[in-house]
Amino acid sequence: MTRIVRRLLYALALPALLASLWWLGSRGSQSIYAPPLSTILSVTDDVWTTDRLTRDVLPSLLRLTGGYTLAALAGIGLGVLIGTYRAVRALTEPVLEFFRAVPPPVLIPVIMLFAGIGDTMKVTVIAAGCVWPILLNTVEGVRAVDGVLAETARSYGITGVSRLRRLVLPAAAPQIFAGLRQALSIGIILMVISEMSAASNGLGFTVVQFQRSFAIPEMWSGILLLGTIGFLLSVVFQAVERRALAWYHGLRASKGSG
Amino acid sequence: MLDVRGLRKIYGGHGREVEALRDLTFTLDPGELVCLVGPSGCGKTTLLKCVAGLLAPTSGEVLLDGSPVTGPRPGMAVVFQEYSRSLFPWMRVRDNVELPLRQKKSLGRQRRHALVEDALEAVGLTASAGAYPWQLSGGMQQRVAIARALAYEPEVLLMDEPFAAVDAQTRAGLEDLVRKLWQERGMTILFVTHDIDEAVYLGQRVLTLSASPTVVQDELKITLPHERDQLESRADARFAELRTHVYAQIRAAGTRPAPTA
Ligand SMILES: Nc1ncnc2c1ncn2[C@@H]1O[C@H](COP(=O)(O)OP(=O)(O)O)[C@@H](O)[C@H]1O
Ligand SMILES: [Mg+2]
Repeated sequence: MTRIVRRLLYALALPALLASLWWLGSRGSQSIYAPPLSTILSVTDDVWTTDRLTRDVLPSLLRLTGGYTLAALAGIGLGVLIGTYRAVRALTEPVLEFFRAVPPPVLIPVIMLFAGIGDTMKVTVIAAGCVWPILLNTVEGVRAVDGVLAETARSYGITGVSRLRRLVLPAAAPQIFAGLRQALSIGIILMVISEMSAASNGLGFTVVQFQRSFAIPEMWSGILLLGTIGFLLSVVFQAVERRALAWYHGLRASKGSG
Repeated sequence: MLDVRGLRKIYGGHGREVEALRDLTFTLDPGELVCLVGPSGCGKTTLLKCVAGLLAPTSGEVLLDGSPVTGPRPGMAVVFQEYSRSLFPWMRVRDNVELPLRQKKSLGRQRRHALVEDALEAVGLTASAGAYPWQLSGGMQQRVAIARALAYEPEVLLMDEPFAAVDAQTRAGLEDLVRKLWQERGMTILFVTHDIDEAVYLGQRVLTLSASPTVVQDELKITLPHERDQLESRADARFAELRTHVYAQIRAAGTRPAPTA
């Protein structure tokens, strides 16, 4: 119990300090661009009403979920394929390197041409940006399956779907999760950016609207909300990862101690 | 039962060819426990993989019950030296043992579970069924691998230096375990080792391999009593004679055996 309290104190100390500094430093600020934190917080309740949450925040999160899920499915699926077959790898490697080097926001104007400015465009942009870390990490993970383990599986006739489910995917899981984690931050960034350039709702859209109409405290409150959402998503992700990879963390700890 | 005929294996590629096995011929009768001993790097693992159908020989053939082995067969199970890398770290002990059985479609759930329980009991790991492999000691991990092989009910059990990486005391216990399981279950065992004492202690017969290019240098019937005991058997004058014979054969083949790990 005391350990949990202590960890909580450690985790909260720095954010609390930074918030206090902001609060004190911005107290009585006359700059319209950097209003006092107290002002920002006081508008928060009024700005982020249930109505606004369903109208702007929910669509953003749905698009993120859609794009991210698509990227995960495509990235893991193709990654397993490319990681398993040498010929596929040789064929696709140069192309992959090229696409990976293209910064995802550049895709927005291109994708707009094909998919318009609706949800399809945004989901596509998010998926197109998220897929690379997942894909490349999956390829790495699949390639690194232990030789002895693979041979054991083969000697017991574990092939096909069974091999994929019981050997390849679990063995690559730590790498796949590393890719999923990178993709999550990319996804959040693209969610916002895609809404900034062309949208009629969403978090990014709302923040830009506030900025254009000089509703500066409201704009800041949107940024704070974005940060909070990113933080919560990352907490959820870590919890899922810790559960799914419990064996991996245990294995590493046991190697470290012995 | 198991016929190895004129087996030859050359590892190729990249301009450098390695002749791991030159010409190996030997036979195992049903229910026999045969030890194969040879210096490190002489091709023991290569031979075992060819026998298991994991590796295609360059020439020659392996016959199990008269039919050629061209790939892994349900009648054979392999226990590798690297126990920590041959168990699935994301599965508990019980699931590790059960996994191969899921491939045998004819087995029902109940039968599968019975086989798993039985195998774990035979190696004395019933209490650890719910643990992950990495929570166990090296010797226990290798017993899990043995249990997995047992549950698979193979006719032929292939073991590749299974105890080379565990400490001496654990090793003695595991050797006795292999003898016990062999006597109880009557399967055919091909046990590969670089340790002459281990080969003589365990086997009914010892095949000595030469150093590379590898051939069968010698074949020796082990005339020790059927019931073996770590202290008595090793103190037996015949044991000393037999091990000296094997040692001389290996030396005659041109290379000293690797020091015991
Ligand atoms: N995949 C491989 N490719 C090329 N050479 C190999 C390969 N595996 C083993 N060898 C070589 O074959 C010889 C026999 O190896 P191995 O069967 O592992 O011997 P042992 O198990 O008796 O120590 C060694 O010289 C080794 O370097
Ligand atoms: Mg070897």
